[in-house]
Amino acid sequence: MIEKALKGDRSYWGWIVFLLFIIAAGVYSYARQLDTGLTVTGMGRDVSWGVYIAQFTFLVGVAASAVMVVLPYYLHDYKAFGKIVIVGEFMAVAATIMCILFILADMGRPDRVLNVLLYPTPHSMVFWDVTVLNGYLLLNIISGWAVLGAERKGVPAPKWVKPVIYLSIPWAISIHTVTAFLYAGLPGRHLWLTAVLAPRFLASAFAAGPALLILVTYILKKTTGFDAGKEAVNKLAVIVTYAAVVNFFLIGMEFFTAFYSNIPGHMHSLQYLFFGLHGKGQLVSWMWFSMMIGLGSLVVLLVPKLRKSSTWLIAACLGIVLSIWIDKGVGLILGGFVPSPLEEIVEYFPTLIEISVTLGIWAIGIFLLTILLKVAVAVKTQD
Amino acid sequence: MDEQRREFIRKTGLGVLAGLGAVSGLFPESSMESAVASTSSGDSASGKTRWGMVIDTRKCRGECTRCIDACHEVHNVPKFDNAKDEIKWIWKSPFENVFPGESKQFVSEETREKSYLALCNHCDNPPCVRACPTQATFKRRWDGIVAMDYHRCIGCRFCMAACPYGARSFNWRDPRPAIKKMDPSYPTRERGVVEKCNFCSERLARNMQPACVEACPEGALTFGDLNDEQSEIRVLLDRNHTLQRKSELGTRPSVFYII
Repeated sequence: MIEKALKGDRSYWGWIVFLLFIIAAGVYSYARQLDTGLTVTGMGRDVSWGVYIAQFTFLVGVAASAVMVVLPYYLHDYKAFGKIVIVGEFMAVAATIMCILFILADMGRPDRVLNVLLYPTPHSMVFWDVTVLNGYLLLNIISGWAVLGAERKGVPAPKWVKPVIYLSIPWAISIHTVTAFLYAGLPGRHLWLTAVLAPRFLASAFAAGPALLILVTYILKKTTGFDAGKEAVNKLAVIVTYAAVVNFFLIGMEFFTAFYSNIPGHMHSLQYLFFGLHGKGQLVSWMWFSMMIGLGSLVVLLVPKLRKSSTWLIAACLGIVLSIWIDKGVGLILGGFVPSPLEEIVEYFPTLIEISVTLGIWAIGIFLLTILLKVAVAVKTQD
Repeated sequence: MDEQRREFIRKTGLGVLAGLGAVSGLFPESSMESAVASTSSGDSASGKTRWGMVIDTRKCRGECTRCIDACHEVHNVPKFDNAKDEIKWIWKSPFENVFPGESKQFVSEETREKSYLALCNHCDNPPCVRACPTQATFKRRWDGIVAMDYHRCIGCRFCMAACPYGARSFNWRDPRPAIKKMDPSYPTRERGVVEKCNFCSERLARNMQPACVEACPEGALTFGDLNDEQSEIRVLLDRNHTLQRKSELGTRPSVFYII
C-alpha cells in the first residue's frame, strides 16, 4: 500500500521537500545538542524541563483524541465517521511517534533509553508511560493498517481487528491519564499536584485533538478533494464544544481552589503564570492570550449557526488548538517549575537550537501523517 | 449490539479495577496504606542503620563556606559561572528559601539575614526514588542513604522534578573541564546524568565522617545513626527542638535543623 505515497503532484512533492528541509535542520541541531549536551537548550537547574516535555504533553493529548472518532464509529456504530476514523487513527500514530521523539530529545543519555525496559520499575510513572505509549502506537498502526488494507482489497476487515480496536479505546484514556500522573504525583509541585490534572488533560485533549482533526479534514478536502462529510465534521465540532466547556470549567476549578483557600504554595504558580510574581511574569501575556482566544472560540462554537459555517468553524478550531497548546504546551510545564522548590523565580527561554529540534520533530510527525493520509486517501478514493 | 456494548463496558470497568487492585497488592510501596503510614508514624524500624544529620544553625557562621568547599572538592563537583548549568551538593540560602513553609511574619532579624545550609535530605520516603524509571537513584536498604548510579541514569530528570528540596543537579555539559582540582579518589561524572549529595558514602565505608562535618570549624554539623538511641545525634534530637524541611510532605527527611 505504501507505494501510493510515491505518486503525487507538484504541490505534494513540494510539501514533502519543505518538511524534509525542516527535518534536516532539526537533525543538525540535535547533533549539536548531542555533541555539547543539553546546555545548548534554555533548560537549567531550576527549570529542568522545557519545550520538549511540553510538546510531549500536548501531543499525548492529540494521540489520545483519536478515541473520539474510534469510539462513536466502532462502539456506537456511528456511520458518519466511516471516512474520518482512519484519519484520526493515523493522526494518533503520528502524534505518538512525535511524543516518543520528544522524550528522546529531552534525555541526557538517550543511548541508555533501554534501561527503562532492562530495569522495569513499576513504582515509576515513566515506566507505565513508556509501556502505554508504545502499546497505543502498535494498536493504532495495526488496526488502522489492517482496516485500510481490507478496504483496498474490497473485503471486510479480518475478525481479529475488532478486539484490537476495542482495546484501543480504554488504552487511549490510559495514555493521557498516565501522562497526567507523571506530574500529578510529585510532592512540592503545587501547580501539578491536583486531582483534576488527569480529567483536565483528557478534556483539553478531546477539545484540541478533534479540533485539529477538523482542520486536517479541511486541508484534505482542499488538497485532495477527499471529503469526510458534512455530518462528520458537524459532529466533531459538537465534541470539541463539549470538551472545551469541560476544559475551561476545570481550569476555573484550579483558580477557585487555589485562591479561595488562599494557601500561598497553591497560588504561586497561577500567580506567576497569569499575573506575574515578584516582578517576573514572562508568560502572563501568553496565558491571557490563551484564555481569551480559547473562550472566544468557545463562544463561536456554542452558537450552532456559527459552528456550522466552515469559516467560523475553522477559525474556532484554530483558536481552540492554539489556546490549549499554550495552556498545556507552554504554561503547564514551565509553570510547574516556577517558583522553584526554594521559592526562587527563574525564567526559561528556549534557544534557537531547541526550537529547531522541536520544529524538526513536528516536521517528522507531519511528514509521517502526510504519507499515511496520502495512502489512506488513495485507498478511499480508489485512486 | 446494545447488549454486547453494555457487556463490553462492564467488563472493561471490572478489568481496570482488578488491574489497580493487583498493582497495589503486588507492589506494597505503591499501595495507599504505606503512604498514609509513612506520614503518621514517626520513627523507622530499629535494627538497621539510618544515617542522619543535625545542623545546629546557631553555630553556623554566615560567611563561612568551609563545608561547601570541602564537599565540592572531594566529590569533583564542577564550578560553572552561570546559574543555569550550576551543580551543587550542599549550599547556603536564606531562611525563606530553605524553609518556605515556616513563619514569614515578624521573623527575627538574625533569622532573616542568616543563610542556612541545604543539601539532600536522604529522605526515609524519597519521592525521587519513586519517580526514577531505572532505579538509578535508590535508597540503600542497609543505611538509608539515597544513592545514585551514574552509569544507569538516563538523564530524564524526573528525580529533579520530584525532589521538593531542589537538591539535585544535572550535568548539562561536560563537567570535567570545570573541575578545579581533580580528586582521583572519587569518580567524575559524565555529561547527561543527575548527581547530588551522597552523604559521603565513600568516606563512611572507610569509617570517616562526611567531608562537610569534618570541615566545619564550629562543630555545627553532627552526623550519626538515627536508629541508635545512644548516638550523639539522637541525644541532640532529644535535647533540642528541631525542624525538618517541608515535613508536611511526608518525605521524612534525615537532615534536622536546630534554629
